[in-house]
Amino acid sequence: MKTSFADSAKNLSFVLPAFLIFSIFYLYPFIYTFILSFHRGDAISSLEFAGWANFKEVLFYDKAWWRSMYNGVFITFWALSFQNILAFLLAMAVDKATRTGKIYRVIFFILPVLSEIIIGLLMREILISDPGILNKWLTKSGFGFIAHDWLGTDAALLTTALVHSWKGFGWAFVIFLAGLQTIPEQLYEAARIDGANWWQTFFRVTVPLLMPVIAMVIVLTILGTMQAFAMILALTRGAGGLTEVPTMRIYNHLRGNQVGLACAEGVILGFILIIVSRMVNSISKEIRRRWGVLSN
Amino acid sequence: MYYRIKKVIILFFLHVFLISVAVSCIFPLVWMVNASFKSEAEFRHDSGLKIASGFNLENYKNAIFEGNLGYNFVNSVFYTFVTVTLIVLISSLAAYGFSRLQFPGKNVIFFMFLAAMAIPLPAGFVPVYILLNKLHLVNRTGYILAMTNMGLSLSIYLLKTFFDQLPHDLEDAARIDGCNRLQIWWNVALPLVAPALAVVIIFNSLTVWNEFVLASLMFTEDKLMPLQVGLMEFYNRNIIQHTLLMASLTIAALPIILLYLKMQKQIIKGLTAGAVVG
Repeated sequence: MKTSFADSAKNLSFVLPAFLIFSIFYLYPFIYTFILSFHRGDAISSLEFAGWANFKEVLFYDKAWWRSMYNGVFITFWALSFQNILAFLLAMAVDKATRTGKIYRVIFFILPVLSEIIIGLLMREILISDPGILNKWLTKSGFGFIAHDWLGTDAALLTTALVHSWKGFGWAFVIFLAGLQTIPEQLYEAARIDGANWWQTFFRVTVPLLMPVIAMVIVLTILGTMQAFAMILALTRGAGGLTEVPTMRIYNHLRGNQVGLACAEGVILGFILIIVSRMVNSISKEIRRRWGVLSN
Repeated sequence: MYYRIKKVIILFFLHVFLISVAVSCIFPLVWMVNASFKSEAEFRHDSGLKIASGFNLENYKNAIFEGNLGYNFVNSVFYTFVTVTLIVLISSLAAYGFSRLQFPGKNVIFFMFLAAMAIPLPAGFVPVYILLNKLHLVNRTGYILAMTNMGLSLSIYLLKTFFDQLPHDLEDAARIDGCNRLQIWWNVALPLVAPALAVVIIFNSLTVWNEFVLASLMFTEDKLMPLQVGLMEFYNRNIIQHTLLMASLTIAALPIILLYLKMQKQIIKGLTAGAVVG
């Protein structure tokens, strides 16, 4: 069936409102980011061409930027290890202990649903040294020796990483659990009949079949954590650079009318994130190919 | 017998592990609500460790009527409602078009929506803010339009997969009865994807309600701020009124927790759909 010109136009009009908004608020800003990154000024009243100056500044001279990248990587490291391993263990436990794990799923997923600002401010109240709620709990229950200035110079970054992981594990848990429940029961039975023990079943059945899900969670954790911002702002407000993360720096540069720097930083971080997530995906594919479980 | 006992012991330890993590999730929230019922003096006296002496609603009254939190709350409801309505209308129209209608450039445009979800744009809010400044849209309209865009891609993708699964028969019947495309979309196709619409509504409501970065850049007037920005401002101003802050946080968290408990299936569906595309 061929569609006439009038028909095509009418059909196109269904997509037009979405495409219009998308063009103005995504496509244009996308290109604009690259353009702005080669300029200086606040982009509203003044704008002058600066060549590669912003990129040079960020890449070679701006120590605070690399410090913020280090902080982001540090928090991402904890999110990848602590958060995701905890989430994976919980998903395994729920999958084994209860068939659906409905109650646990409801409880674990409350934290990811709540806003970053609420969690950040609430944990700040509990962790900060005045009134020092957590330290008072610890003292009362006999663990006074652990009490610490949690948001102080030496601990702020680690505390931030742990709170971030604590807020996020429920999210990874839900995805892992959904993945685990797609593995057919027959495979486990076949493994049992073949005499496989728990470890063998885990490494020969569960992990290979879950590999795509694991890779996906790793990629999304990296993307999400490297761009995390609001929770950290609420929890520590940067703590004078100690917990400043890349997005916070971009945000502050925009506020300080250094739009070009902000965009250059965004472009650099964006490129790094794309490369890293590509790498994770191809590594996961390679592993699956070696294990002979590559589908599609 | 031996295997039975072993199984029970394993189950016992699994549940101990699960319950202790569950407690760590809920305890801070319970503590927050508990502290919100205390007076500042009571909180200072017991260091926030004891159960509140009664349902003292003083903090809630002060948070809503003396500060700006009442305004912030109404603003958040307004922004969320308008944005989500726009997202539902615009994305379901587009998804229907992508799924059922023929027009030039269809695949390219759809691919762009998908790509937008996969490409990270860490500084994406910078050009959007500049653009809104230039268009003189640093106001509620601009914020709502920018937020609408944020929800479009995932919603279109989700609704399109649902439209794709619908049988064509009903729409054919409606066409024979003399319905035009718009009428078919509204009267036939939309009601059939109601479950997907629920996911789109709930998931986007959460996103808009919790959004902070763009709102904090755009709204400098207290009376226009949504809750998340209002909370930060509130904290900066009332840094020592702990129980008042806890009441404010509870006010901000409560609608989300209620919505979540009622609609958790939809929220989790939206999350897994988003994860698969990302």
